[in-house]
Amino acid sequence: MSAAEKAVDKSEQRRLSVFKTYKLYVGGKFPRSESGRVYEVTDSKGTWLANAPQSSRKDARDAVVAARKAFGGWSGATAYNRGQVLYRVAEMLEGRKEQFVREVADAEGLSKAKAAAVVDAAIDRWVWYAGWTDKIAQVVGGGNPVAGPYFNLSSPEPTGVVTVLAPQESSFLGLVSVIAPVIATGNTVIVIASEKSPLPALSLGEVLATSDVPGGVVNILSGRTAEIAAPLAAHQDVNAIDLAGADDVLAKELEIAAADNLKRVLRPQAVDYARTPGTERLTAFLETKTVWHPTGSLGAGGSSY
Amino acid sequence: MASAFEYAPAPESRSVVDIAPSYGLFIDGEFTEAAEGKVFKTVSPSTEEVLSEIAQAGEADVDRAVKAARKAFVKWSALPGSERAKYLFRIARIIQERSRELAVLETLDNGKPIKETRDADLPLVAAHFFYYAGWADKLDHAGFGANPRPLGVAGQVIPWNFPLLMLAWKIAPALATGNTVVLKPAETTPLTALFFADICRQAGLPKGVVNILPGYGDAGAALVEHPDVDKVAFTGSTAVGKAIARQIAGTHKKVTLELGGKGANIVFDDAPIDQAVEGIVSGIFFNQGQVCCAGSRLLVQESIHDELLDSLKRRLSTLRLGDPLDKNTDIGAINSAEQLSRITSLVEQGEAEGAERWSPACELPSSGYWFAPTLFTNVTQAHTIARDEIFGPVLSVLTFRTPDEAVAKANNSPYGLSAGIWSEKGSRILAVASKLRAGVVWSNTFNKFDPTSPFGGYKESGFGREGGRHGLEAYLAPSSPEGER
Repeated sequence: MSAAEKAVDKSEQRRLSVFKTYKLYVGGKFPRSESGRVYEVTDSKGTWLANAPQSSRKDARDAVVAARKAFGGWSGATAYNRGQVLYRVAEMLEGRKEQFVREVADAEGLSKAKAAAVVDAAIDRWVWYAGWTDKIAQVVGGGNPVAGPYFNLSSPEPTGVVTVLAPQESSFLGLVSVIAPVIATGNTVIVIASEKSPLPALSLGEVLATSDVPGGVVNILSGRTAEIAAPLAAHQDVNAIDLAGADDVLAKELEIAAADNLKRVLRPQAVDYARTPGTERLTAFLETKTVWHPTGSLGAGGSSY
Repeated sequence: MASAFEYAPAPESRSVVDIAPSYGLFIDGEFTEAAEGKVFKTVSPSTEEVLSEIAQAGEADVDRAVKAARKAFVKWSALPGSERAKYLFRIARIIQERSRELAVLETLDNGKPIKETRDADLPLVAAHFFYYAGWADKLDHAGFGANPRPLGVAGQVIPWNFPLLMLAWKIAPALATGNTVVLKPAETTPLTALFFADICRQAGLPKGVVNILPGYGDAGAALVEHPDVDKVAFTGSTAVGKAIARQIAGTHKKVTLELGGKGANIVFDDAPIDQAVEGIVSGIFFNQGQVCCAGSRLLVQESIHDELLDSLKRRLSTLRLGDPLDKNTDIGAINSAEQLSRITSLVEQGEAEGAERWSPACELPSSGYWFAPTLFTNVTQAHTIARDEIFGPVLSVLTFRTPDEAVAKANNSPYGLSAGIWSEKGSRILAVASKLRAGVVWSNTFNKFDPTSPFGGYKESGFGREGGRHGLEAYLAPSSPEGER
């Protein structure tokens, strides 16, 4: 055996890594795209990382069906329960941090330390929103001092099925920052991952599946943002759309399509995802319901004691 | 129907209001003619009498008004909130002082009974200005962060069913938050808005802060499209609301839309029947049913259907239709010939589709636009009259057996504005209310409004809320540029 032959033999003995087939996350399951299409995902230097599913219009419609089916149960869950589930996502992510650090570093061309900081911030964001689930109603709802013998109460309720175009550049922290507030308040969501960097989003599906998040509450699609978003913006069973990941031209087109059933629209805006967010993303996908009832008396009832 | 206690007519005096033969547009504190010189007539729907001739705003007038509002915005938004508050308090007080005059005028121009303008519209109009006046110097406490900013010029388009009340809902929060306003009242009901312009003058409101542009849909569209309008507020039909949502796509304009409805009024078998009948009547016959949150679909539990319908028919037979200026009148005129023909054609469609039509014996005046109170039984969810908003005194009656079925039927609509629940059982009310997809749910009452209470729809009934703390949000931008609230 020559030296060259020996070298080849040795390299063949080195363990070959197992690639992951990245799949969509729809209705709590991990389907391939119905279209059978995939597209190449590369790191920031152009090196091939994986083939991601390139979702079709049918995948988008399936995701809406799954999200609608999940809405009753998720919106009907107690706010306390939703908070527990969101916190559980943070717990699961903490245990798989290394994987996400690697994926975010690849996707965004960050050093390992910087990617680790981004992943930490994303985990903390789940914790932040976990705490909001049972507080938002107290902050934005309440009793109204009606001028008459009535009691009425305004409470926030989820808008319904929400489509979210995840931010294009912030593949993980941005993604978490737009998903968590939508589901914290009881909506269900269809997320279109960053077109260029979908892998952290697709891996998040695996975390959600093991985090007590009911199937269909979060549905994750990868592919061409404009292609997937168009049927979702026009879909009659979608109630709202967050255009975070759309450029100006696409955003306008989708906003026009969304008008057809008066979807709630959150326009794209400059956001620093590293900062602690306000409540805007929570309230953007809430309706206010005011329930009236006669009291038969005015004010506190006029008791002299 | 002849009654044992027939009331003698008791008409309200018209002499409390002076209507000029013609009115201009109100721009930058002055009444002016329209640039193109166009005018239109406003008539009294109950008599078809021409009340006045009104300047008709066009695109050039919209531009002029928006410029005036933009100019006024600089000073108005810089005023301390406490000063803006005092202007609004002044306006509220003057409305109270001139309440009788405005009520009579509203009834003349709109056709609704004086009982409603006097006892519902006007007190609520004044109350809205009082409520939002108090917010003007407390915006830091409204929950949108410290020092929230006004948006700029608000373009507001309002309907004819509550002309002055809708004006109040739009203008009071806009001014309290430091915005300036260009408002287009409906072409059939411009008069009270023009009298409001005079109230602004009496209150000493700075010029250009409020501009009133009577006109047609083209003026409304020009206002919505104007590039220097920062906020659009619209109340009206869902079709126009959708057109507006398309128009403003891709712009920076913030929007609130209060659109149509097909409210379900659900009566359970344990409901207090007499109160429920009163609630059903006020739910659909208040303002001739020309109310977006009207309870136009009555859902009755099957076991009490016959009993309830008997009571309801008996009650409808006592309603008095006629001269809206008569204090005893319950049902006034339909607002316009156009609206009357829309109601008529939908009712004919209801009959053609097989629903059973009933009206009490009811004599209609020979002139004016009138429609007798009407109810349909044997209605299914597929009937047009159970799906489309009729915007008239027409009630469709459906039945249900279980609370789940009631909820499913109530929610089976693209609209989601209002609903009613009648039951003596608190747990049932709360359970059903929490499942209804509607912005306002009235339990054991109906059609109650209050400035402290947010009002607005789910689904295709529109975006946003008016009234209450929530109503401020539509007119405020967060103080921080990053979207923090």
